[in-house]
Amino acid sequence: MKVSLEQFDKAFENRIRLQIMSVLVANENYDFNSLKELLNVTDGNLASHLKALEKEEYITVNKSFVGRKPNTQYAASNKGREAFKKHLEALENLIKQQKQ
Amino acid sequence: MRENDIYSELSSIRSLMERSTKFISLSGLSGIMAGIYALIGAFIGYKLVYTGNSVLVYRDFYVNNPVVWWPLFLIAAGVLVLSLATGAWLTIRQARKKGENFWNPVSRRLLLSLAVPLITGGLFILILIFRGYYGIISSACLVFYGLALVYGSQFTFTDVRWLGFCEIFLGLLAAFIPGYGIVFWVIGFGLLHILYGSIMHFKYKQ
Repeated sequence: MKVSLEQFDKAFENRIRLQIMSVLVANENYDFNSLKELLNVTDGNLASHLKALEKEEYITVNKSFVGRKPNTQYAASNKGREAFKKHLEALENLIKQQKQ
Repeated sequence: MRENDIYSELSSIRSLMERSTKFISLSGLSGIMAGIYALIGAFIGYKLVYTGNSVLVYRDFYVNNPVVWWPLFLIAAGVLVLSLATGAWLTIRQARKKGENFWNPVSRRLLLSLAVPLITGGLFILILIFRGYYGIISSACLVFYGLALVYGSQFTFTDVRWLGFCEIFLGLLAAFIPGYGIVFWVIGFGLLHILYGSIMHFKYKQ
């Protein structure tokens, strides 16, 4: 059991971060406000988790303006996709182990 | 981490991936309403063209006659506008009920993917009218509408794709038998919509 836990990505220990990553992996990109609505989290909460993922270089950020409103688009990086896939595999393995 | 936790984690990932890529607040009821409007429109149109004659025959002078032709165009446009308005209203209501915003990246993608084939089809049909090819207008309506549905279905329920395939098939069939446009119109826009709407309504318990 210990072995598989080590495969878990620390960045995905937090549920919201994992949820952000699931959305970004399934979509080309997603903007801040839509992400906030989808995950039902506060501005500050979402921003801090996005920052953490950005620091890991799991996501890329693209800031622009639509009219006067800031529009921030997030996308999963290749590194992020890889890490997400590995994390899912680790979850799968854990289930398999527990079934044995 | 316990097994149940993992399952709930995985199911939350799965649901988020689905919700962020598919717009599932489409109302089945709006399909039924669109079908009913189409049937009413077709009935009025039929009465207009075939007054006192119950046999379906292709009569060139009828469709070429502006007196008949303009009301027909207006009826078709009216059915379209009414269907779109009802669809939009019911869909927004449905999204609100689920506590979702109807204007999100997925609904934008859905609208955009529907708009391309629909606007192309609309322009194509206007050109057909302009050039006087009345015989295949009904066919073109069905084919382009079907293409729009198949194309748009990747951003909503996959069931929409089957409706799209049926419309395309009917449209191609209609092109083979010009003059029976109204029959295919009734089946494609009326009956199929009602059937599809009912299936969706009960399948997803809206």
